[in-house]
Amino acid sequence: MAQPSSRVARQLAVSQRSRVRWSQAATIAGFLLPAAILYIGLVLLPVVQAIYYSFFCWNGLGPLEQFIGLANYVRILGDSAFRGALGHNLQIVVLSLAFQLPLSLGLALLLRELGRGQAIFRTIFFLPWVLSEVVTGVIWTLVYRPQGGLINALIQAVVPGAPETAFLADPQTVLYALFVVITWKYFGYHMILYIAGLQNIPAEIEEAAAIDGCSRLQTLRYITLPLLGGTIRLSIYLSVLGSLQFFDLIWVMTTGGPVGASDTMATYLYKYGFQRFQLGYGSAVAAILFLICFSFSLVYQRFAMRRDFE
Amino acid sequence: MISHNARSSASPPRRLAPLFQYLAASLVALLVLIPLLASVLNGFKSNADLLLRPFALPQTWVWSNYISVLQSAAFWRQMSNSVLVMLGTAVGVMVLASMPAFVFARLCFRGRELLFNFFTLGLLFPITVAILPLYIMLRQLNLLDSLWGVIVPQVAFGLPGNILILRGFFATIPRELDEAAAIDGCSPVSYYLRILLPLMRPALAAVAVLTMVTSWNNFFLPLLVLNSESLYTLPLGIQQFQGQFGTDWGRVLAFVSIALVPTIVFYLLAERQIVAGLTAGAVKG
Repeated sequence: MAQPSSRVARQLAVSQRSRVRWSQAATIAGFLLPAAILYIGLVLLPVVQAIYYSFFCWNGLGPLEQFIGLANYVRILGDSAFRGALGHNLQIVVLSLAFQLPLSLGLALLLRELGRGQAIFRTIFFLPWVLSEVVTGVIWTLVYRPQGGLINALIQAVVPGAPETAFLADPQTVLYALFVVITWKYFGYHMILYIAGLQNIPAEIEEAAAIDGCSRLQTLRYITLPLLGGTIRLSIYLSVLGSLQFFDLIWVMTTGGPVGASDTMATYLYKYGFQRFQLGYGSAVAAILFLICFSFSLVYQRFAMRRDFE
Repeated sequence: MISHNARSSASPPRRLAPLFQYLAASLVALLVLIPLLASVLNGFKSNADLLLRPFALPQTWVWSNYISVLQSAAFWRQMSNSVLVMLGTAVGVMVLASMPAFVFARLCFRGRELLFNFFTLGLLFPITVAILPLYIMLRQLNLLDSLWGVIVPQVAFGLPGNILILRGFFATIPRELDEAAAIDGCSPVSYYLRILLPLMRPALAAVAVLTMVTSWNNFFLPLLVLNSESLYTLPLGIQQFQGQFGTDWGRVLAFVSIALVPTIVFYLLAERQIVAGLTAGAVKG
């Protein structure tokens, strides 16, 4: 900036620049510090602490002194209830990717085709996402009830005298019943993502494909879906992470029951950490959950989403 | 549709397609709406009526379910607790997320990207993982069983995502404005407060609305932090009410249906902001 014609001028310029730099540094610090304190103290530190606690046997009250190394981890991995919970998380992941996301994508494409009424349908489809998990859980508990429940009433209207099924009390059906609710609640969210993605695709490209003689299915397969790739990869990413951390709806509807048939890692953690006050053990569960989510994020971002960041 | 069909019998599938599209969309809309409408309607039924005919209109309209909820002090207390937590969280997130977002979008200094990545790293740290140490920490800070104990962690966990969203919005404001402000002798602080923030109003609205929805619905954190019934937020209240009157489904559904009203009204008013916030966060994430 400054022309260094003489030594004095240069010194003057340097001192002025450094003063500017100092006042900017103060601004930066002042603007970042409040957020940084809260973020480091309540978001980062607890995760580090959870990993630290996981090496202890601790009830959360006395001093933290009973170091037991990896014993908590050994116990977790040997517990069939935890393996079951992890399995349920993975089942929800697979079901979501296989049914929920295609449904969301299909509806986004369908809404794009509709002329009038598009906005109303979008508003209705997205509505469940705004409702709380607790409200959703209570409403769907009624839907699934054996006596006076909507589904059982419907079945009996079609097949008179059919036996009533307690969908949420049967270990065979409970996870699928919950998955239906999960889909009901979250498909609108993914649909909104897809709608936004579709709006970013220039209409000319698809029109050009149609003029060149592509059928609608071909346009979809070779033009629309590839151009939507970034959104699809993002939606898969968010869906997997959400499914791995699932808690609220399940806690309201079944508290992980019957006999652990709908436990997830998060409900398992809650039961050990807050109901039995085994904080060391619960922390080890948290550490495993963290490890799974973190490594999935790193691997997925490295390999699947790399192209989308450019 | 039908009147057109006679003329275009050459390509009936092409003509019928819109009809099927509307049918499919309507079917999904029904599947979404029926559980909600059934809840509202069944809130007006006596228990016997509800058990025998869950789909029918009430035989006799029982208003006492709704009236008893609206007259209960607990319901209104939970409502006001939820509102307090929601407003506190929204204000906290708007203030504390927009400041770093401004720094990361408008100021140039070495290590900026590193610091930004450090802040957004929190997106990979779910509250489920942090919850046990967080609980211990809140106990040491004497924040357990107080609304602050819900607000402060909600703000903290809202920071990474909203810094990301707001930085994207700050970056859309033309650079020339920075130079003009600097030439006019505007300090960074007053530039941020007096010029950028007013320009950012739509973005701040999106962030606020999204934060409010998340806070209003939050269940996990209040479940752990709040013990006294007088501090319960609405989701905790609903869960407790269901446990207490579990067999009296008419009352439970009346409670749930009333709780739906503010959410749905808010949604209809702020749908555009909610969608804008969600897609901004997603696309830029």
